[in-house]
Amino acid sequence: MHAQQISVFIENKAGRLAEVTRILSEAGINIRALALADTSDFGILRLIVNDNDGAEEALKLSGFTVRKTRVLAVEVPDRPGGLHEILARLNDSGINVEYMYAFVRQSSENAIMIFRFDDPDAAVTVLTEKGFSVVPGEKLYTL
Amino acid sequence: MIFNMEFETLPREALAAIQLRRLIGVAERVYATVPFYRKKFTEAGVRPSDIKSLADLSRLPFTYKQDLRDNYPFGMFAVPMDNVVRIHASSGTTGKPTVVGYTARDISTWSELMARSLSAGGATRDDIIHNAYGYGLFTGGLGVHYGAERLGASVIPISGGNTRRQIMIMKDFGPTILTCTPSYALHLAEAAEEMGVDFESLKFKSGIFGAEPWSEQMREEIEKKLYLSALDIYGLSEVIGPGVAIECLEEKKGLHIFEDHFIAEIINPDTGEVLPPGETGELVFTTITKEAFPIIRYRTRDITSLNYAPCKCGRTMVRMKKVSGRTDDMLIIRGVNVFPSQIESVLMEMTEVSPHYQLVVDREGTLDTLTVMVEVNEASFSDEVKTLQSLEARITKNIRETLAVAVKVKLVEPKTIARSEGKAQRVIDNRKR
Repeated sequence: MHAQQISVFIENKAGRLAEVTRILSEAGINIRALALADTSDFGILRLIVNDNDGAEEALKLSGFTVRKTRVLAVEVPDRPGGLHEILARLNDSGINVEYMYAFVRQSSENAIMIFRFDDPDAAVTVLTEKGFSVVPGEKLYTL
Repeated sequence: MIFNMEFETLPREALAAIQLRRLIGVAERVYATVPFYRKKFTEAGVRPSDIKSLADLSRLPFTYKQDLRDNYPFGMFAVPMDNVVRIHASSGTTGKPTVVGYTARDISTWSELMARSLSAGGATRDDIIHNAYGYGLFTGGLGVHYGAERLGASVIPISGGNTRRQIMIMKDFGPTILTCTPSYALHLAEAAEEMGVDFESLKFKSGIFGAEPWSEQMREEIEKKLYLSALDIYGLSEVIGPGVAIECLEEKKGLHIFEDHFIAEIINPDTGEVLPPGETGELVFTTITKEAFPIIRYRTRDITSLNYAPCKCGRTMVRMKKVSGRTDDMLIIRGVNVFPSQIESVLMEMTEVSPHYQLVVDREGTLDTLTVMVEVNEASFSDEVKTLQSLEARITKNIRETLAVAVKVKLVEPKTIARSEGKAQRVIDNRKR
């Protein structure tokens, strides 16, 4: 049920982000979603790509520090309160969201959000019990 | 003003006679009581009885910072602990500090030398001394404090930090002499300006600044901003603390070394050969009156020259040129000695970081800042900001606890810091000297 996310450490200086996208582009890897967490001197780039192993290998070869993280991709009803319903359920069950960001899809009824939980397994159980749709990794990478 | 007219103006021949007598005395004492010195003397094939003239000093072996480290903490003490009344320490290169001890008579000697220094800087018993050197293991605060009391001046033991309160006290108490590091003096000027306090309206007449190297340009800036006469004081805890040498108000050209207590030599740092008067080289000190922690031919690594020409102030004591550089890579950050190897040892102890680092020294406004660049590696990288920030905080804390200096830690990408090829550029010093 989980999806893989690739995280890359990026120093906060000109051109580093473009360097990552250049490496991925040259390796023929498609970025499906991304989020950048930043502080004044470094950033962490989080990526959902169509080829995790290929992306990791290409980035490591160029000297980047890369880490794979388990995340969940959850379908969110595209209407007012859609996201709130999910967060409220998780909150009731005492599950914390470490961070989240949106997955971009061209057209569909539902949006997809990427979540990083402190307890991903418990989150899967809660979400499926409550009838929310979790998109498995293999499906997500090629959506 | 000359505090001790008899000794500070001794004719050179009389001074030399006193020095020789005291030198023989200290050589005999360390030979008898400190195993380290007995061994070193024996290896060099010299006995205290071989010292017949001051020139024979050059037959004695040098003492290095490493020797103090090897004998940590009390191995170099020449008296039993029940005679030691005070212990001070300064940072060393391996994270272990250099420890020095004082007998009651040593404290008295030191107080006298600091009283002489404060007098040379214009202080009298009528003055109020605002002492912003740190109190504690560092010798600066208590050194000035005891000297001020010996002189009979009033001392405000304000210590370092809490700058806004310092400004308030300056305004309200009207101190006339300022003692602190030169960079802190400029920091005080900035803080006063922010608070709308004009130094011109304060009562300072002179300031005695030391514990870090500073330039003539910095002296001009301090004098302009603080409306006082700025003097350089020199000292190191291994020798006694502050009060080894001081500039006089009359000339402000070179620091008079209190030669009735310390013998200064200038040597070629590569060969160890003693250089003729006036030549530039490494400053070496022998203490000739200290009891608890005498030191023989201590290599200070400070580069300077000695000037024996008479001085307008009347003191006959030789003058050392303001120290402009060092023979090693020691950094002085806001008065604290920092060796790159100390940072290295802190990082080496932390398994989650790579030992590759670079130190960047800057002067922001008037305060020195030290940034430690550390590489992130697979083991330490997390995809959560808070984890990396807590790693930065942990490194900062470990460095502060070991070195007593506040640094900024910056995580950088792996392999971005140049690897050691010959002499690695561990330090980038952007301060203007």
